[in-house]
This record gives sequence, structure tokens and C-alpha cells, in this order.
Amino acid sequence: MTTQTQTAQGQAARGSAAGAAIAALLIGAAIIFVTGHVQASTLHDAAHDVRHATGFPCH
Amino acid sequence: MFGKVVTSALFAGFAAGLIAALLQLYFVQPVLLHAELYEGGELIHFGAESAVPAHLDVGGIDVVRDGLSVLFTVLVYTGYAFIMVGAMALASDRGIAVDARRGILWGLAGFVAFQFAPAFSLPPELPGVAAADVTLRQIWWAATAISTALALALIAFGKGWAAWGAAIVLLLAPHVIGAPQPEVFTGPVPPELGGEFAGRALGVGMAAWVTLGAFAGFFWSRELAGALQTA
Repeated sequence: MTTQTQTAQGQAARGSAAGAAIAALLIGAAIIFVTGHVQASTLHDAAHDVRHATGFPCH
Repeated sequence: MFGKVVTSALFAGFAAGLIAALLQLYFVQPVLLHAELYEGGELIHFGAESAVPAHLDVGGIDVVRDGLSVLFTVLVYTGYAFIMVGAMALASDRGIAVDARRGILWGLAGFVAFQFAPAFSLPPELPGVAAADVTLRQIWWAATAISTALALALIAFGKGWAAWGAAIVLLLAPHVIGAPQPEVFTGPVPPELGGEFAGRALGVGMAAWVTLGAFAGFFWSRELAGALQTA
């Protein structure tokens, strides 16, 4: 019984870790896309020097 | 769990981003400003009658421009921090230990995936250099970063030759396929400046990523230890 409860808790924890990790990966990718890659001119001008210095394709 | 990931990523990204911004403004920005004088035509490299001096004081701080650079550097490294802490959460969940010292290795891997591997075929560009279509380069950049990150994960956590073989293929493929290159070279910027810029951008990037990995490992292990104590 105890073992079963622990296993269930372990699975729940693993599920929440995977969910949290995937959410974090998506948020990170979205931030990198907006700051590093979107070509809208205001965003491009503001981030210009950083895009060059970080090695993103810029122009 | 998600709250702990967010907390760690924000702290680590902000700290590493600030350090990266200072290093960039001091070491990379003067080279970029120097190159912009060639891009705008104030300085001419090829075919000039008189020799152009290699050293130029382009210093000085532009509050708005440099302020935006600090802001965006912090944002970029916060984005990278989310990706890194997310991956660390997956690793911890599988019983792989993560702390600040191991974080340095994570940071080096992140640097290779997101800066060094793309730079291997698409080196950091100065303003004004000749380059292929930006959308094609961005697609190649993203594919190379993802493919290299997967390869490094397979090398670090995979077992057996199937994993390592797949890693080798993923590492090589973007460069065998090749990055989009310009049809002709038209850039007005001296190659010496281009070389200095690429070296400096990669060096600052490595320092920033190692810092990011150490901070991410530190904050994530602390958050995780706190979670175990309260559980």
C-alpha cells in the first residue's frame, strides 16, 4: 500500500516535472524568438547591437 | 515545480545577462561601432588613397542605445535560462545531480549549441557584411542550435553507440548541408575587424554561458533542496 502510494506520488511528480520543463522550454524559445529573430523594425533597431554581438543573423 | 523553474530561470538569466551586457559593451561594442563607420561610408577601406588607421577611439556611452542593449542582453539570457533550467528540471527528475559546478558544464554545452556551432558555419556578422537572406539564415541557425543541443544531450546522457552515432550525425549535418551564404562578397568592412568581432563575440558568449550555467545550477539546486525539505 505504502509502496503503491509512493509510486503514484513519484509518477505525479515526474509528470509535473516534465510539464514544467516543457513549459519552460517553450517560454525560453519564445523569448529568444522575439528578442533575437523577429524582424519588426522597432524591435530590430532596439535589439540590433545585441543580435550582432550574440551571433544571431540580423539583417 | 513550475514556479521553482521560473524563479531559478529569472535569477540566473538576470545575473548572467547583466554580466554578459557589461562584457559586450566593453569588448564587442567598440568593434561594432568602428565597423559602422565603414558601413555608413565615413571610413573607406578598399581603394582608399590614404591608409586608414586601424585604431580609432569610438568610445563613449550612448545612454539610450547602450541601455537598450543591456535590456535585450538580459532578455536573451533570461530566455536561455528558461531553456537551461527546464532541461535541468528534466535531468533532476531522472536522478541526475545538478549544482553550480556541474552547471559550468551545462553552460559550456549551451554555448556550443547556441553560439559556437552556429558560428562554425555562420560566424557572428558585423553590420555591413555581405550575407544571404535573413530568413534562410535564421532557419539554419535555429535548426543548427536544436540539432547540436540534441547531440550534446545524447553524448552526455545517452548510452551505447546508437546514441553516440546519432549525436555525431546531428553535430555534423548542419555543416555538411551548409549555411546560406551570400552570392558575392560586397562588404565594405575590413576583414581584420570582422575577425576581431567574431573572436570577441564568441569569447564573451562563452564567458556569459559559463556564468549562466553556474547560476542556473546554483539557483535550481537550491530551489530543489527547498522543495524536498518542505515535502
